[in-house]
Amino acid sequence: MPRIVVDVMPKPEILDPQGKAIVGALPRLGFTSFSSVRQGKRFELTVDGEVTEEILAQARDAAETLLSNPVIEDVVNVEVVEA
Amino acid sequence: MTELPLIGEAIAVAAEPRLAGARIGVVTFPGTLDDRDAARAVRLAGGTAVELWHGDAELGDVDAVIIPGGFSYGDYLRAGAIARFAPLMSKIIDAANSDAKLPVLGICNGFQILTESHLLPGSMIKNDHLKFLCRDQVLRVENSNTAWTLDYEAGQEITIPLKNQDGQYIADEKTLDALEAEGRVVFRYVGFNPNGSRRDIAGISNAAGNVVGLMPHPEHAVEPGFGPESLDGIGGSDTDGLGFFTSVLNKIVGGDK
Repeated sequence: MPRIVVDVMPKPEILDPQGKAIVGALPRLGFTSFSSVRQGKRFELTVDGEVTEEILAQARDAAETLLSNPVIEDVVNVEVVEA
Repeated sequence: MTELPLIGEAIAVAAEPRLAGARIGVVTFPGTLDDRDAARAVRLAGGTAVELWHGDAELGDVDAVIIPGGFSYGDYLRAGAIARFAPLMSKIIDAANSDAKLPVLGICNGFQILTESHLLPGSMIKNDHLKFLCRDQVLRVENSNTAWTLDYEAGQEITIPLKNQDGQYIADEKTLDALEAEGRVVFRYVGFNPNGSRRDIAGISNAAGNVVGLMPHPEHAVEPGFGPESLDGIGGSDTDGLGFFTSVLNKIVGGDK
């Protein structure tokens, strides 16, 4: 069944405390090549049947109203993934 | 309803009988923790507490609403994000924005719900140090003209408990400047910023002053023997939070005084 994937990231100008903690932990494990980490969220919305333009529009609407908070986050991607 | 003291004969204040006519709704969501404490604070201040359920379709006969602290819906998605769409919330949002200007107080998770509802600007993100923090916190009352701060003096310092993980208040610079210019920063952290909140902001109001949200918990500082002073004596008194509740009760009863 097709899924609609929605990716949400903290806005660039907002300090991401979780990403900061992760970037601090990486070098302790020997991963020294990464200067910054930002942590976002991925949502997978399963659709029973075909993904129409209308359903995709609904997903975009849901992404802006519930899945993200526009004050602190951006919806960076909404795409259809088959099976 | 008579409130039994938790210890000894101590009752925080001799509540004025005339305030009992004021009905303050306290909303319970799945995961709310502090609804009983908030209702108790209302009663100790002399008012009548009314239990409200998030799934209720109507607000009923209440003169003000408190959205208490806790972890509604387990803080899933974002703190307050799912509670914001509860059936009762749309009624509260309408009533708060109406000409009647229903007084609404959001405490901690309630504050997060109010920002998610767009009744208050900005948002809360994880504390800058990433830890859950519980401490007695000194606040300065910056605005004593809101529905919930009338019984305080501007500039007064109060000490009430603070306990949260997602308490870092943020908004863009333009919004912060507007909040400052319009006197809508209602409380500021004093001495120590416990979570990295912009400009030490602990609580804000809407433009009309009927909607107030803050991260610390006034309902936990309403009774002698159970407030900050008895823990470590950092100042204030055990009942510094009581003024929130007497403020709104006095405002509601108003002309009868």
